[in-house]
Amino acid sequence: MTVLPFAELGRDDVPAAGGKGASLGELLRAGIRVPDGFVVTTTAFRTAVGGLGLAERVSALDPDGDLAGPCAELRAVVETAPLPDDVAAAITAAYEALGEPDLPVAVRSSATSEDSAEASFAGLQDTYLWVRGADAVLEAVRRCWASLYSVESVSYRLRRALAEDDLAMAVVVQRMVDSRSSGVMFTRSPLNGDRSVVCVDASWGLGSAVVSGEVTPDSFVVSKVTGEVAKRFIATKCTWHRPDPRGSGVIDRDVPGELQDIPSISAEELAALVATARAVEAHYGSPQDIEWAIDDSGELFLLQSRPETVWAEKDAAAAPVATPAARPFDHVLNVLGGKKQGA
Amino acid sequence: MTTRSFPLPSQIADVPGAEGWEQMYPYFTRFQPEDDQRFWFYNSMHFPEVIPAFDGVTSEIPYTAIGANLARLFSFPTTLGIEYRIVNGRVYITANPVLDPEEIERRLPHFQERAGYYYANWDRLYGEWQQRMDALIAEIEAVEVPVLGDLDDISVVTSGRGYATNHLLRENFHRCIDLYSKMWHYHTEMLQLGYGAYVVFFEFCKQAFPEMGDQMVARMVAGMDVTMYRPDDELKKLAALAVELDVADLFVEGADPAKVLSSLGERGGNGQRWLAAFEEAKDPWFHVSVGDGFYHHHLSWADDLTVPFAALPRYVEQIRAGEDLTRPTERLAEERDRIADEHRALLGSEEEKAAFDQMLGLCRQVFPYIESHKFYCEHWFTTRFFQKIRAFGQLLASRGVLREADDVFHLRSVEVEDALVDVMLAWAGGGTELGARHWQPIVARRKEILEALAQWSPPPALGPVPPALNDPAVKMLWGITDDTVQTWLGDESLDENTVRGYAASPGVVEGVARVLMNVNDIGSIREGEILVCPVTAPSWGPVFGKIAAAVSDIGGTMSHAAIVAREYGMPAVVGTGQATAKIQTGDRVRVDGDRGIVTVLR
Repeated sequence: MTVLPFAELGRDDVPAAGGKGASLGELLRAGIRVPDGFVVTTTAFRTAVGGLGLAERVSALDPDGDLAGPCAELRAVVETAPLPDDVAAAITAAYEALGEPDLPVAVRSSATSEDSAEASFAGLQDTYLWVRGADAVLEAVRRCWASLYSVESVSYRLRRALAEDDLAMAVVVQRMVDSRSSGVMFTRSPLNGDRSVVCVDASWGLGSAVVSGEVTPDSFVVSKVTGEVAKRFIATKCTWHRPDPRGSGVIDRDVPGELQDIPSISAEELAALVATARAVEAHYGSPQDIEWAIDDSGELFLLQSRPETVWAEKDAAAAPVATPAARPFDHVLNVLGGKKQGA
Repeated sequence: MTTRSFPLPSQIADVPGAEGWEQMYPYFTRFQPEDDQRFWFYNSMHFPEVIPAFDGVTSEIPYTAIGANLARLFSFPTTLGIEYRIVNGRVYITANPVLDPEEIERRLPHFQERAGYYYANWDRLYGEWQQRMDALIAEIEAVEVPVLGDLDDISVVTSGRGYATNHLLRENFHRCIDLYSKMWHYHTEMLQLGYGAYVVFFEFCKQAFPEMGDQMVARMVAGMDVTMYRPDDELKKLAALAVELDVADLFVEGADPAKVLSSLGERGGNGQRWLAAFEEAKDPWFHVSVGDGFYHHHLSWADDLTVPFAALPRYVEQIRAGEDLTRPTERLAEERDRIADEHRALLGSEEEKAAFDQMLGLCRQVFPYIESHKFYCEHWFTTRFFQKIRAFGQLLASRGVLREADDVFHLRSVEVEDALVDVMLAWAGGGTELGARHWQPIVARRKEILEALAQWSPPPALGPVPPALNDPAVKMLWGITDDTVQTWLGDESLDENTVRGYAASPGVVEGVARVLMNVNDIGSIREGEILVCPVTAPSWGPVFGKIAAAVSDIGGTMSHAAIVAREYGMPAVVGTGQATAKIQTGDRVRVDGDRGIVTVLR
């Protein structure tokens, strides 16, 4: 299948739908609200890009040579080669099935690689927000594909000697939420790995302002156990991303003065975010890194969830804080006796 | 990090009008030149006010007990006791850490044997402790303040007692001091070990869950022991009984307790039944200090019934409105277990879970002692102790040595002995006491000195910052950490409208401040105001039903204000050191219980 709706995807579908696409399907299965959409699968990529003979051209490049010129050519090939009719038709049909004509959507690359370094290349650049109309969607999809031939991506594969024949990318097309507020949250502290808290960053407008670091967000640390807000920092939020009033794309603007210093989410919304974060974490059975949005009516959506990896690796390497002692009070005798806990 | 240090003890300036303050305290409490080399901090938690001369015993005696317990009884390896000094009427303390690894090693096996014995036999020893404490309280209550008649009673002769009653002046006064000393030994007997168990679990939680607040640890441990809540609970029961017996109309705001009691006497059987219940509740539950038990002027409810009677009208009102005032102990117990279970489940490994179970189990075993010792020691025993001393003051006043009974608290305890000997001699020799001429000018001068010293703002700490602040035993004793010291050092960067303390109960609230220096004034507080006070104790309980937030000069995250504020779900900042000095009634303030900051919005 060249196109699959989120509802038909789950966490095992990474090879066809990429990590992002599979995760959105899985969230839906877990009963979490995500904006409607579909995935242009890796099959579509192979059909459309696989026949362009790019693999040989990449393999012939010298990783230490000048890649800028050749990469620009490769990208132009992907962006301009005619789309196979069945692929174009399937994407157009899926887009139109989402609802109203010219519905604004987000088009994002969804890498199949488990390699987080490569995945992080994709990430930001290959997200197109507030895309409207089938033709614009087709163009954005091809741009996402073409991003695989960026200088960074190509040189990365060459240095790692990754096989070009295995190369594939899925693309997520998802109804845009006109976020009143949005942000990210972690189901453990990104600063110290504490598993007992959910850390929420929030700001006004679309989440791209938070993800890209253009705004210092409000931040909250909330206990998973009691729901109490352990830390609360309300930032002065100067910038927000909004849909371009000319119809498509996103612009950044100054946040209106009266909104700059007030919390971008209410206490109830924070509680709802934390409850959702806990549900997602419980569903996956591991700490998660989540993007979310709240629309004008206060409706909460998740845009993405992926496993937290940094602290998971540290955990594996770390010694336990303490191990059981022969008698419970031996802990006290040791610590007050000048020995370290866990030693 | 800054390398700033605190003022040196030798740099402390005199307070105008307080010349001669040194005479109020023993010579060994004075700062010495070599003390400039050491780090001292102001013990504002226990001694937030200037110390009257007699009240010096409330630092002298506890420190003789705590140090002996740590250094000589249980051989704590990394710490000896605490030393203290008094300057301008305020108590500064320093701990003596053991830093030499060989010495720590030498002390360790003794510590393991001795502390291990107490932990291994905790429940039996605690049971015995309660019996000893009950006996000690009975002893202080039984101390007689002698009555000196024209002739001694005939029974002194017929029983062949052999000594006249003037002998008992000094003996019985001294018995009070001796019993007070023994009480402090009992107080510290199990407390350091109990705190030790808590500190170790606390450190474990902080490592496993770095974001965990102090109060969360406390909530997993805090028992359902009701001793400290009992006085307030008894009042609520009395209010309910008044409603049930149809005598509640007598409890109105501002009524004189004596009049209420006599009116009750005229209400027939129902009135009598209420009075019987009242007498029953009073002993011991009204032996609760309005402070923390370190000052003679912190009276008990039994000393001053206006405090409990100020609370009764509101409780009556609430009960009539159908509110359930009983503490939801079952719900609190479930909540405590749920919080502990869920944190346990979040731990990374089975090993950690097993260690968590051990530490939490031990904490919960020792905690009833930690929670209830305060009522027995600082409240029940101590308020009785001060009553006895006040009675000796009355004796001195009746003999013309002092103008009034409470003047006795302006003499050091050894000076009281001198004054008593003066009486003993005058009664024996047929002469007149000479003390009036000697003591009354001294008392008058000391009252002036106390007033002058009250104007002084003590620096939070003195001397160079020490290296060994992070030893758990020292941390446990001092209740301060590197973070605390850094906060003090950084205090200058806070503007004058900001007060910093411990974040004791989360939430942020703005409102109008009501500064209450004394629990007797709680009647003046209005619904929704923010309480600003020196310290709260169980007798302040009733006020928490009215206020929107609590701020105190003294106290930590386990203090009364903190515990009650959390229970009521209102923000609290405690241990600010200076809230009552910087904030005035009527100020609009913001209490940030998440960060421990109070801001005056002027």
